[in-house]
Amino acid sequence: MTAEKEITKVIVISSDKVLPVDAAMKIYESEFPVTVKETCFGLIVTGPESDVLQMTEEIRQLDKNHIFVKDRGFPAGDERRCRAVRGGGPRPGFHFLREEVRMLPAIGAALDELETKGPVREKKNEKSRLKVSELERIIESQLAR
Amino acid sequence: MVKVFIYPVNSLILADLVERFGHEPLAVMNQVREKVTSISLDSPPMNITPEDPKIGLRFAAVEVPAGVRGRMALIGPLIEEAEAAIIVEDPPVNFGCVGCNRTNELMKYLVRSKDMPILEVRYPESEDNASEFVYKIAAFLEALSGETGEETNDENKPGPEAENKGEPAEERKT
Repeated sequence: MTAEKEITKVIVISSDKVLPVDAAMKIYESEFPVTVKETCFGLIVTGPESDVLQMTEEIRQLDKNHIFVKDRGFPAGDERRCRAVRGGGPRPGFHFLREEVRMLPAIGAALDELETKGPVREKKNEKSRLKVSELERIIESQLAR
Repeated sequence: MVKVFIYPVNSLILADLVERFGHEPLAVMNQVREKVTSISLDSPPMNITPEDPKIGLRFAAVEVPAGVRGRMALIGPLIEEAEAAIIVEDPPVNFGCVGCNRTNELMKYLVRSKDMPILEVRYPESEDNASEFVYKIAAFLEALSGETGEETNDENKPGPEAENKGEPAEERKT
């Protein structure tokens, strides 16, 4: 019997409702045999491919348009990348991730809009009155910060 | 499921969107994983072996800087494997591991010269641009998975900034 391939995923959380610690707790509760590391942007999860894929899908469902996932080459805490043994400083790949994280609220809002309006691709630059429901959503998201 | 090459090759947003819409992102992280997590590390710590420059030579000549060949050893096979591509112009950070301009130019040239659907969009700088960015990518990815052929292709044709070359990859499969 061959061991299943291990993969690593970076889960970036840009949600008003879910914190990285909530996602980490969900993973601990699930008892999947995966290694979890909390980072400033979210989580790094390493483990057998099927478990990690299932786990990331479950985490994504917590707030699916505001939780973003990508693959990572190095496992969590790998000495070749971990800052603990490299003498500090940003890890390789940090700067681009930070730049992308700045755009995630806007990307999440666009995904929300896409979901509510369906697969329509109408012009976005037409001026229109702000709906009450939309205003409520904006206020709630600002208050939750 | 279509294999979609993404540029920047390590983009979180692109990799997530491609996966979200049911396709497979061809990102450099997977190539790195293959190298650094293989059981037998022939050349620690990063497992760069003499075979890698040979792979790079398939895409870049020997006169080209070594860094380009090294990067192409990882990225080149992804382009060969790709059935569609999304290229984001002017990404904010173009330094570090993905900051080699020669590699980026070569990569985009190889992608554009391959007969496959390509979407080219600008990196969003505001919230409005972000919506447009997501809409265009969503439309492109939905068109890739659409089986209805010409009708879907026309309907989901990206905007003026985007370019959709050729037919969806699934249709061209033999």
